[in-house]
Amino acid sequence: MIYIGLFITYIFINNFILTQFLGLCPFIGVSKNSESAIGMGMAVTFVMGIASIITYLVYHFLLLPLNLTYLQTLSFILVIASLVQFVEMVIQKNSPSLYQALGIFLPLITTNCAVLGIALINITEGYNLMQSFTAGLAAGIGFTLALVLMSNIRERLDLHPVRKAFRGVPIAFISGGLMALAFMAFDKSLLTNLLG
Amino acid sequence: MASGKINILSRGLLKENPVFILMLGLCPTLGVTTQVINALGMGAGVIFVLVFSNIFVSLLKDIIPGSVRIPSYIVIIAAFVTIVEMMMHAFAPSIYSSLGIFLPLIVVNCIILGRAEAFANKNSIVDSFLDAIGMGVGFTLALLLIALIREVFGSGTITLFAMGSFDGVIEIPILYTYPVRVLTLAAGALLLMGYLKGFFEWYSKRKRG
Repeated sequence: MIYIGLFITYIFINNFILTQFLGLCPFIGVSKNSESAIGMGMAVTFVMGIASIITYLVYHFLLLPLNLTYLQTLSFILVIASLVQFVEMVIQKNSPSLYQALGIFLPLITTNCAVLGIALINITEGYNLMQSFTAGLAAGIGFTLALVLMSNIRERLDLHPVRKAFRGVPIAFISGGLMALAFMAFDKSLLTNLLG
Repeated sequence: MASGKINILSRGLLKENPVFILMLGLCPTLGVTTQVINALGMGAGVIFVLVFSNIFVSLLKDIIPGSVRIPSYIVIIAAFVTIVEMMMHAFAPSIYSSLGIFLPLIVVNCIILGRAEAFANKNSIVDSFLDAIGMGVGFTLALLLIALIREVFGSGTITLFAMGSFDGVIEIPILYTYPVRVLTLAAGALLLMGYLKGFFEWYSKRKRG
């Protein structure tokens, strides 16, 4: 039950982009067409899932026993950077077609706040290994959802007359704001109603 | 020569403002700007990290091999972020707790890595220092502007440092009773950012003629 709760929480209630402001750069930068939005979303979800597991292991089996928790930020970002590099190499070797689709997005993920964000949130919320993985995956799916919705809106917006100063990024922000208003309908009471 | 230095220092303020023109570092920009004091704290943290990481990247630019430069920059930045985190925890615990997750997230703030990659690894230490100050102050001013609008209209207050008998909160008469709540929420932040960006786009186009 708690895993369903985690999914609903991180996809809808605490959607990373629309309520937590994590991962805004790709939300604006990579949402011009839906194909790249899906690619970016998949790459981020993948990395977030794995990064949640590895940062959990690093924190609980390396930093805590050695009393080095103040190195949390430093070690997490190193883990994420090398993980992204590693994932890039594996995909390039084993699945050239997937690399074609995700390749250009992978280097961007290192500096995506959402990935480091979920690693830090997992620690502060005190999740165990399985819960961390679920939260990472769900946050990634929530990120993908917002990104894909946004790219669809922006593809439509291209066909409409928008005032010159508002074309591109400003109107994207405003549409994002309206989307965030809609996401406000999901709150904690929804979760209690659903799961009792 | 002197005008070149002034140009490096001043362009981050308006012409190449990191938030409104370059669109870098958006997550903390919207995440922490519910109160003026948070914007100031975040700005101070970013200026500190930006200055030191720019200086160190510029110092080490001939030693770091090109192929591992990004990870090396990240390690330099993360070290200074950890220092900021520990100092804020010790000296400004209330700001530390209200900035929360956005404090360690300075590591992945695109402004800092962006300036290291685009400026500090090609320029002298003095120029990198000036660039860091300009960009950092530009970032802080942008944050202040957004935080002022959001706090004044969203909750009708301006929260500053508490000093003596002054508890640090200025209340604005009518807005305090009838605030525009949506501005303090995520949706309002995104809407406001859209309108501000639109304004700056219009302004810079008009200036260019």
